[in-house]
Amino acid sequence: MEAGFLPRAGFQALLDALHRAGYRCVGPRVRDGAIVYDMLDEVGALPQGIRDRQGPGQYRLETTASPRFFSWANGPQALKPFLFTPREVMWRSERDARGAIRFSEITPAAEMLAVVGVRACDLAALRLQDRHFLQGRFADPYYAARRKNIFLVAVHCTHPADTCFCASTGDGPRATQDFDIALSELDDGYLVQAGSDKGSTISAQLPLVPATDAQRRDSEQEVQEAARRQTRGLPSRNLRDVLFANLEHPRWENVAERCLSCGNCTSVCPTCFCHGETDETALDDHQSRHVRQWDSCFTQGHSYIHGMTIRADTRMRYRQWLTHKLGSWHDQYGRSGCVGCGRCIAWCPVGIDITEEARAIGGGGGHG
Amino acid sequence: MVNAALPHEIEVVERIQESPTIFTLRLRFTDPVQHASFRFEPGQFNMLYLYGVGEVPISIVSDPEDEKLFDHTIRVVGRVTRGLGQLKARDRLGMRGPYGRGWPLKQAEGRDVMVITGGLGCAPVVSVINYVIRRRDKFRRLVIMQGVKHSDDLIWRSQYSQWSKLRDTQVLVAADVGVALWPWHIGRVTELFDQVEIDPSRALIMMCGPQGMMRVAVDHLRRRGVPENHIHLSMERNMHCAVGHCGHCQYGGKFVCQDGPVFPFTEVKDLFGVMGF
Repeated sequence: MEAGFLPRAGFQALLDALHRAGYRCVGPRVRDGAIVYDMLDEVGALPQGIRDRQGPGQYRLETTASPRFFSWANGPQALKPFLFTPREVMWRSERDARGAIRFSEITPAAEMLAVVGVRACDLAALRLQDRHFLQGRFADPYYAARRKNIFLVAVHCTHPADTCFCASTGDGPRATQDFDIALSELDDGYLVQAGSDKGSTISAQLPLVPATDAQRRDSEQEVQEAARRQTRGLPSRNLRDVLFANLEHPRWENVAERCLSCGNCTSVCPTCFCHGETDETALDDHQSRHVRQWDSCFTQGHSYIHGMTIRADTRMRYRQWLTHKLGSWHDQYGRSGCVGCGRCIAWCPVGIDITEEARAIGGGGGHG
Repeated sequence: MVNAALPHEIEVVERIQESPTIFTLRLRFTDPVQHASFRFEPGQFNMLYLYGVGEVPISIVSDPEDEKLFDHTIRVVGRVTRGLGQLKARDRLGMRGPYGRGWPLKQAEGRDVMVITGGLGCAPVVSVINYVIRRRDKFRRLVIMQGVKHSDDLIWRSQYSQWSKLRDTQVLVAADVGVALWPWHIGRVTELFDQVEIDPSRALIMMCGPQGMMRVAVDHLRRRGVPENHIHLSMERNMHCAVGHCGHCQYGGKFVCQDGPVFPFTEVKDLFGVMGF
């Protein structure tokens, strides 16, 4: 529901309203040469005029004269690290002198967290992570605790990077669901749309003025233009059958010669969910912590079973990743595991392009 | 919300050395109320937690109607299993489970049951053999095929002799390498298929072991006219969480920990035997 227009000078009111409601705010900041989500208390910390230039194996920020805060596509993080944390203590076990073991659950404090500047592709990824961690036979209590109290301020994407292809996967550039507030950024301010009751409560506290038809038209045109400008794409059809029919395609060997098997793609992917569990024992041996940490199907250990590694080489690991992400995800989650954010292309140290590999192995078709 | 990740304390009641590298732990919950509510199906597995070291998935080998204890037969293959092997009676450990889909034993009633294993991966199907023998009237013929690399690897050797004397029961054992007084076949177990007496249309097959052996077995069974959906097998993959979240056991459109570990062959045939999956 459209709430009105927020002039840029009033943006601080949004952060203040979120703070008053008890939220800790994170939003886009520039750090180490990239846009990252970090503590956001003051509007002055937003990356005003900053643009990102992305390509295969490339991510660079540029400063422009634009007054906008969100004239960039994305950074290496999505929402994933806030909900499915990179490293987390799950439980603790303590052993007493008689050898009895006591287990204690360590669930995260359900922090009230507001994320400002969420992209449509990342909301699509969030739905997939929700499905994986919450909607199966077992719900993950760690993810659930964080998910419960998150407040999402989406900003429709108007500045896609060269690596973006959300239009072809149907996941952007406009955020259409699962946000509390969505913003359309224009040169002089923001069209504000509430997507939930708690979103309406916040938007009611903003110094809004009535939106004009011209603003609505400009906003719509910018998002359409953002979709039109995307040059990469995945075929919208289900690639499962064609990928699994081509498990011996020579392209797997070709990509394996370039791939470093470093796992960057799985770290920046907003839908990858693999994690490993290990024990960390205190030096006095009275206590041990059971920890989970992001894992990647590109590691040697991922497919290890007593004395053998099922995916011993890079060809098998890249094939595993791509056939799962674009193939068997359809069986497990009813859609592809790719939301078109393009991060795996930009953050791959050798610039492997998932859309190019999918086309080489799975056949043609870009948009549509 | 119940935290499925949290283990419960259990204790070793008895430890049995089955072979130089294989042992059985007979276990119970330290909390009698928890123990009384524990139920499982043959073919399901538990995550056993060795204090300070970690968790491993191990199939349950005892009878589901044994109310006193549950048993795990374990081979020493890594860090956790080596440590589990050093436990003694009254030692404590952690456990969560049971997980996964077990053997189709209800579906097997009134049918010939054929159990095929290779290597040392025999524990999951030994639970089937014992289950059938204890409820012998519910099933027709029982055929047990077991292959090992070396004759010394065959555990529960006296049991195989006893089973072979039971009515309507056929035991076919083979060792690639056999020593003196080895009463069974020397060579591959799959060489014994011609001796198998089953009614292909009424048989239910359950197997586990190396994929190469299972592949050969499936080919043979198909030639004999056994429908593919009557062939069930237990898959083994890396597992950390056992609840379908950690991704290690993903196999095509399945998570072995939750959708398996027992699968009808029809559900896994597309990728079966393809290196890298």
